[in-house]
Amino acid sequence: MSGRFSQTTARNVFYGGSAFFILLLLALTFDTSRALPERDNRHNLTEQVALGKSVWERNNCIGCHTLMGEGAYFAPELGNVYERRGPDFIKAWMKAMPTNAPGRRQMPQFNLGEEELDALIEFLKWTNAIDDENWPPNIQG
Amino acid sequence: MQYQSQAVAKPYFITAIALFGGQILFGLVLGLQYVVGDFLFPAIPFNVARMVHTNLLVVWLLFGFMGAAYYLVPEEAERELVSPKLAILNFWVFLIAGVLTILGYLLVPYAKLAEMTGNHLLPTMGREFLEQPTITKIGIVIVALVFLYNIGFTILKGRKTVINTILLLGLVGLAGLWLFSFYNPDNLVLDKFYWWWVVHLWVEGVWELILGSILAFVLIKVTGVDREVIDKWLYVIIAAALITGIIGTGHHYYWIGTPGYWQWWGSVFSAMEPIPFFMMTIFAFNMVNRRRRSHPNRAATLWALGCAVMGFLGAGVWGFLHTLAPVNYYTHGTQITAAHGHMAFYGAYAMIVITIISYAMPVLRGIGDANDNRSQVVEMWGFWLMTVAMVFITLFLTGAGILQVWLQRAADDPLPFMVAQEKVAIFYWLREVAGLVFLVGFVLYVASFFIARPARVAEGAPDAVPSPAG
Ligand code: HEC
Ligand code: HEM
Ligand code: HEM
Ligand SMILES: [Fe+2]
Repeated sequence: MSGRFSQTTARNVFYGGSAFFILLLLALTFDTSRALPERDNRHNLTEQVALGKSVWERNNCIGCHTLMGEGAYFAPELGNVYERRGPDFIKAWMKAMPTNAPGRRQMPQFNLGEEELDALIEFLKWTNAIDDENWPPNIQG
Repeated sequence: MQYQSQAVAKPYFITAIALFGGQILFGLVLGLQYVVGDFLFPAIPFNVARMVHTNLLVVWLLFGFMGAAYYLVPEEAERELVSPKLAILNFWVFLIAGVLTILGYLLVPYAKLAEMTGNHLLPTMGREFLEQPTITKIGIVIVALVFLYNIGFTILKGRKTVINTILLLGLVGLAGLWLFSFYNPDNLVLDKFYWWWVVHLWVEGVWELILGSILAFVLIKVTGVDREVIDKWLYVIIAAALITGIIGTGHHYYWIGTPGYWQWWGSVFSAMEPIPFFMMTIFAFNMVNRRRRSHPNRAATLWALGCAVMGFLGAGVWGFLHTLAPVNYYTHGTQITAAHGHMAFYGAYAMIVITIISYAMPVLRGIGDANDNRSQVVEMWGFWLMTVAMVFITLFLTGAGILQVWLQRAADDPLPFMVAQEKVAIFYWLREVAGLVFLVGFVLYVASFFIARPARVAEGAPDAVPSPAG
């Protein structure tokens, strides 16, 4: 590095630059928070959906599946499974696990009650309706 | 060892390596479950093995960072640690909390673990990388505070160098951002938004400060280049890291319900994120080429150079590959992501921890500046096998990912997920083979510790040593 660019300059660029971009992130975060109600479908976020999210988390579905593209890549995307399969299929699927098909990837039996199952499906329905810029590219997820 | 209290780093380093071994074994289980879907089912379902694999990774890196801090801060601050006893106590608390958590994952169903640990009181579980029970998360906060007290006061009372200041800043940032792991709103979009403030702002933010300062410390030691030169590089690198990385968070806000403008902010800034990683590579090679002495620990120098190169490849090149929004639309959440995650974590963070361990362990063990030649040769075999295996793991996953994108997302008649997976199975088999080679490399690496003897004087003499840069 050239002698003219001093260590003090470098330090100031670091502290000044970081401070500036932290503030910019906060500003964008603020703007995002204002824009979200139009996009995140929160008027449909009922108690039941919240319970569904809790069921989703307590059973660590994210450890095998992606949800809106984030999670694990071992099993199908579920952000749009409501649209792909519909509520009846999902319910029947959850009850039918595991397939025990030899050599095939397995999903455990979670022994969920009716109330939990319905909530889970409501949560997947709610998630499916979030405006996520038309992702995924097609129904297969 | 210049300061007695540096010795507390040793148990941290040993634990880091042991947990790394566990991580690799569970990685191999996961890799096999990818192709033999019912392997170990239902005893260890995929999600359980994955939690163990990724949480062990993060925990051993944290042990490594803490060990690194305990080793280098006394030397930089030119004084003993404020409290070595506290550091050892903290070690045991962290280790026991970690082991109990992993046992919890393996021994009881996850829903049961959530119930047992009172997750309903403050639900934070069930999110990727943040699977730990809430009480474990609180434990981590306490461990972090005690650690920061110890390191922070040692620095405050001692000499403040650029290296220990940046390290401290990185560690404070690490602990501070962790607090976002406690925020888990019912609204999934908000949950995901702030989840990235832990995950992204760690690896593409504050951890780069830790990485840069450890690298700078080791380079000063093994090259003898002037501190002024190294300090300036360090500032420029971390400035570039934060200037690009903070807004670069936007590359995770394309498709999760956040406004479309993030596609611009995220693409533009994250496209520049490779710059700091590239500078680290230039930095490391420059310093080694301008070295004033030939340090006898050639293995440590090799790890430092390898870290700089692999960090750039994994984070910089493989990150750039899928970071532009139009590309990410197709690659989001595929094996491309997994390919990048593996090489970036290994190249940047696993390798920097191994670099400082390689440099510090001979000193901590009282062997001297370096192990004998034979031990170093075995360690370097470990380096090459693990590193080349990781390159192949990355390439095979990239191959799987490209095909997956094609078959499942881009083709005229897209295939269902499971059908596409079966078609790319050959790549998963190859990845598993590469994983086994990685394991062999790890075994050799561990073996190098057991055969280590003090270097004979002739071996340590300057100029008798071949240059590590080749
Ligand atoms: C251990 C891994 C694992 C876990 C944990 C898991 N799943 Fe699955 N899931 C799978 C696999 C593998 C498939 C595909 C199975 C097949 O096609 O034979 C699947 C398929 C599904 C499907 C059908 C998708 C489709 O498009 O056909 C739904 C719905 C589903 N899972 C919901 C869930 C929910 C809800 C949870 C959490 C309560 C969950 N899964 C947890 C592995 C898992
Ligand atoms: C040696 C053999 C290894 C194998 C076979 C292996 C295999 C796997 C598998 C199958 C997954 C889950 C992918 C999914 O979600 O579907 C995974 C996740 C992960 N592994 Fe490994 N792994 C290995 C070593 C490592 C090493 C050495 C590191 C880093 C130092 C690492 C870091 C990670 C990370 C960060 C994830 C999460 C990835 C993401 O969310 O995108 N693994 N690994
Ligand atoms: C050492 C630094 C880095 C590490 C350890 C790292 C690690 C990871 C991991 C583990 C993931 C998967 C997260 C998940 O499970 O959802 C990920 C995702 C991602 N990373 Fe990195 N990364 C690093 C640097 C970078 C850089 C510099 C870029 C850009 C140039 C980048 C671009 C991305 C993108 C775009 C994704 C999202 C992938 C998707 O849409 O599925 N990363 N990274
Ligand atoms: Fe990121």
